[in-house]
Amino acid sequence: MCSYIVEKAKLLGSAKGPNGWMRIDTANVYYDHPFHAPLDHALGIDFICEADGGRDRVAVELSAASARELVAKILAALASGEVEHGKAHHAAPAAAE
Amino acid sequence: MTYESMLAETVAFRGHRGDIGEAYYARPLGAPLPGVVLIHHMPGWDEWIKEATRKLAHHGFATIAPHLYFREGPGSPDDVGARVRAAGGVADEQVLGDVAGAMEFLGAQPYANGKVGVIGFCSGGRHTYLAACSLDGIDAAVDCWGGNVIVDDPKQLNAKRPVAPIDLTAKLRCPLLGLFGNDDENPNRDQVNRTEAVLKKLGKTYEFYRYDGAGHAFFNAARPAYRPEQALDGWNKVFSFFHKHLAAAAAARAA
Repeated sequence: MCSYIVEKAKLLGSAKGPNGWMRIDTANVYYDHPFHAPLDHALGIDFICEADGGRDRVAVELSAASARELVAKILAALASGEVEHGKAHHAAPAAAE
Repeated sequence: MTYESMLAETVAFRGHRGDIGEAYYARPLGAPLPGVVLIHHMPGWDEWIKEATRKLAHHGFATIAPHLYFREGPGSPDDVGARVRAAGGVADEQVLGDVAGAMEFLGAQPYANGKVGVIGFCSGGRHTYLAACSLDGIDAAVDCWGGNVIVDDPKQLNAKRPVAPIDLTAKLRCPLLGLFGNDDENPNRDQVNRTEAVLKKLGKTYEFYRYDGAGHAFFNAARPAYRPEQALDGWNKVFSFFHKHLAAAAAARAA
């Protein structure tokens, strides 16, 4: 496909990579040729911290079906978790940096 | 003729605006040698690109594959490629400067025969088309399924990619070989046909081959898109084309 289309999601959280935990504030999301996955096209997500320069990343490359399954399971986990624990306790804190 | 012995290594080259970058370079142990600049695909300077570089060397071409993303390093090629993607890709002007620098590297080698070809895959196919229309000193160019040579959506043009390569075709100054899969979506069949129509109308020297049962990147053995039969034929087309326009021309000059 060779597109340069990247969807950016602003995040609050952390990711663990080769150098341990790091804070993340962005997910770059794209559907294009993967680097490693044995697929012609893959849904790629690069978790980075733009505030820290954005040079380190935690990356995944998923098949389209896998990506949709992941989306569904994320939503399912959030829904069941919020029922169990209550939304109030898990609202994202204000960006207190 | 193939060469069993070769030297393959990472070298430094002087790219756009004099920036020093890294390139993968493979050459057969023989002389004189035609040179080839191999322009990598969008995922980056990966293992398959280096395999392709050695493959060209095996068939008699001193081949250099500049790392077009080196400015975003240091880092592994995939991480560097991710940074480039997030930044919207590399600018055409910068790529052309890097290709010109790689050509200078080839020309400076004592065993060079003075002829240089350019080949590119995927986004590198588009870069090849641009280079063949923009740079002096290219004797043959091979566009392997370069997408966006024709730009149907003007929104795709921006500061980094300001011109649709097809609009530069009048300036094409060397023979062009194009290889395409009929199942490809970018470029699709219609875009390939329209590109060929422009080349034909302008009287350019070109050869286009379209493969049934193949899509994008059908040379790439690391992907499901790999089509061994079509890839074998396509590679032979590449070698024949380069031998015709690079090695043969050099022999004629020496005669």
